[in-house]
Amino acid sequence: MLYREAGQFKSTYAEDQQIFPIRQDRIAIAALLVAAFVVVPLIADQYWLSAILTPFLIFSLAALGLNILTGYAGQLSLGTAAFMAVGAFMAYNFVLRMPWLGVIPSFILAGLCAAAVGIVFGLPSLRIKGFYLAVATLACQFFVLWAIQRIGWFTNNSPSGVIAAQKVVILGFAFDTPVRKYLLTLGIVAAMALLAKNLMRSETGRAFMAVRDMDVAAEVIGIRMMHTKLLAFAISSFYCGVAGALYAYTYLGTVEPEAFTLDLSFRILFMVIIGGVGSILGSFMGAAFITLLPIFLSVLFGAISHATGMEPSHAVVSNLELIIFGGMIIFFLIVEPHGLARLWQIAKEKLRLWPFPH
Amino acid sequence: MKRTTLVLSLAAAASFSAGAQAQAKEQFVPANYYWVGPYAPGGSGIGGGAIDYLHMLNLRDGGINGVKFTWEKCETEYNNARGVECYERTKKHPPTGATLIHPLSTGITYSLIEKGTADHIPIVSVGYGRTDAADGRVFPYVFPMITTYWSQNTAKIKFMGQQAGGMDKLKGKKIVNLYHDSAYGKETIPVLDAQAQMYGFQVTHIAVPHPGIEQQAQWLQIRQIRPDWVILRGWGVMNPTALKAAQRAGYPREKIIGVWWAGAEEDVIPAGDAAKGYIAAGFNVSGTNYPVIRDIQKHLYAKGLGEMEDKSRVGSIYYNRGVVFSIITSEAVRKAQSRFGKGQPMTGEQVRWGLENLTIDDAYLKKLGAAGFMQPLKMSCADHEGGGQVKFQQWDGKQWKVITDWISSDQKLVRPMIEASAAKYAKEKGITLRDCSKEK
Repeated sequence: MLYREAGQFKSTYAEDQQIFPIRQDRIAIAALLVAAFVVVPLIADQYWLSAILTPFLIFSLAALGLNILTGYAGQLSLGTAAFMAVGAFMAYNFVLRMPWLGVIPSFILAGLCAAAVGIVFGLPSLRIKGFYLAVATLACQFFVLWAIQRIGWFTNNSPSGVIAAQKVVILGFAFDTPVRKYLLTLGIVAAMALLAKNLMRSETGRAFMAVRDMDVAAEVIGIRMMHTKLLAFAISSFYCGVAGALYAYTYLGTVEPEAFTLDLSFRILFMVIIGGVGSILGSFMGAAFITLLPIFLSVLFGAISHATGMEPSHAVVSNLELIIFGGMIIFFLIVEPHGLARLWQIAKEKLRLWPFPH
Repeated sequence: MKRTTLVLSLAAAASFSAGAQAQAKEQFVPANYYWVGPYAPGGSGIGGGAIDYLHMLNLRDGGINGVKFTWEKCETEYNNARGVECYERTKKHPPTGATLIHPLSTGITYSLIEKGTADHIPIVSVGYGRTDAADGRVFPYVFPMITTYWSQNTAKIKFMGQQAGGMDKLKGKKIVNLYHDSAYGKETIPVLDAQAQMYGFQVTHIAVPHPGIEQQAQWLQIRQIRPDWVILRGWGVMNPTALKAAQRAGYPREKIIGVWWAGAEEDVIPAGDAAKGYIAAGFNVSGTNYPVIRDIQKHLYAKGLGEMEDKSRVGSIYYNRGVVFSIITSEAVRKAQSRFGKGQPMTGEQVRWGLENLTIDDAYLKKLGAAGFMQPLKMSCADHEGGGQVKFQQWDGKQWKVITDWISSDQKLVRPMIEASAAKYAKEKGITLRDCSKEK
């Protein structure tokens, strides 16, 4: 009813090619951005900002990075956490050793370092594909963590291997409260998501998708395989690197290499799979599902036992949360193997026909 | 589907706000521990002991001067992100916010140092955490209490010296430091290196990656080195695995000395016979034969209350450690009340004063029913450790037998290292040192 594009005519190429061709989408996105930038900081308390929304945005960015590589370019990778680690630790070193550089350039340089590492470990993708490539990227995961743990330079010779992120000051403005940290994260994530959305609509993005769908055919029509695959690795790692830097600077404040284990790589891969492979929106949905659902379940169980006065053994409750979480993952994958983003797409299509489906 | 979620979340929100109505005479303590995952035995045991002690105080004494303790459990999964989420969730709890917090993970402690300092909530890491935070001039809100890893480590070397017949006999000896490859595991490397130079022994650091269920390569290396001692700096499932691997490698367990996170029943029982003779450090002892534990049994377990489902775990190392945690919590609140108003709930800032001025001597321990259960403490503005002693215990196949008295640590070595390391942190962070002579 409300979501109908009848009467929206496009008379120029520019109109036809805009990111959101349907007016309702544009309004919804604008409203969402206003809500995220203005309303949320006004109404959300510290808990929501620093424990829920900031990590959600950071993981969305990491999932987006992996989605560019896995969802769009079709290269399976298990090194996401390693790229995040490169970003976090290099950002720390840039800020520490070149303080005149400023925080945002340090983040960008850290992302570029991650991109360089991504290119190196993306080289095997030129010869191997699919699950075999995933195994090859495992080497990256282990090598990067090993290097950070063993080479004192990365952690400024901290005996425990833990780094404490410096204060984030941009042009004399200190991002030190949860609201400011949230806004900084949101700004970076929004800008990078927009960039990714546009990139995927460009020639580069189409080349990625051609490689994903059939690399032999892509090569035949003249797409440079090495260039495209390594570019995918570089862009994806850049995104993950920036996410890692944000993880250190706007979320936890201190980082140890153990935060970026294989476990985290898997979590981000699950975000992509559950959210939707090859979808920008899906990266956000997947991140929301994986990071927020366990917290929601834990709060919910707390509230239930509070309301009913029943106090079951906490070990049971904690394990039950994990069981339900796992069960819901399986449920969603069975109901919609293409991820939450596909569910959203189906809903949109139904809405356009509603109330007269055919 | 959507509607159910909505209803559920509304219900959750409603009950949240209902629970949030302020009730005055209460002292809220977050119970952010872990009941799942590879480290659950530690988390559930310590969490159980900590909650039971506060519960027992409520029932026996009516809390502290009439202020009852309340708590809320939050599952951290020994994961930094979840630990921070739990901290944020519980820190503003009415009436006065979180009293103090026991993060029960070195990683989470690190993540909370700045947050706790900004929010004025003391981060109390008893026997774990960031060692150099013992310098209270740099870390006003962080309390690595009783004994830090570095102190503990010097006590271990002292113990080895005693066994060898004098510290000078350590010259030329070989020691392997088998550590959990994490912030926790790496914490003692600098102090061991310093001591190796001091006493002339050789130390080899061997890392075991998390979670530590695969150690064959490491023990092969140990067999080649043939060390006089192996320091086991393990955690969770790594410990029984190490003991079993030692048995297979033919290394005598009497020569393996564990840190206190490798010295509980849960660490040795799974190893079975392989654990016999193994020695571990401890800042608390096991057993139920202490008035404080008997009071818990009388007021809670005899009435069907209490946290532990498996009642035989009451009096275990981890459980008793949790009781020690809560003795610190409650005594800090009591001390704070003595200055800021008896019978009033204390804020984090006031409890911090309580912690810094806390003195628990032998006579007072006796009053608490914990004589011999834990060591006396004397905190100060500059010294956030306060104890620094260690007892050693040996597993005889059935229980831990204490084999030494309190062995004091080498503060002459440790304290300057702590101050140097804290000063480095202060410089990196631009923190100006507190002047402790001006604190009131």
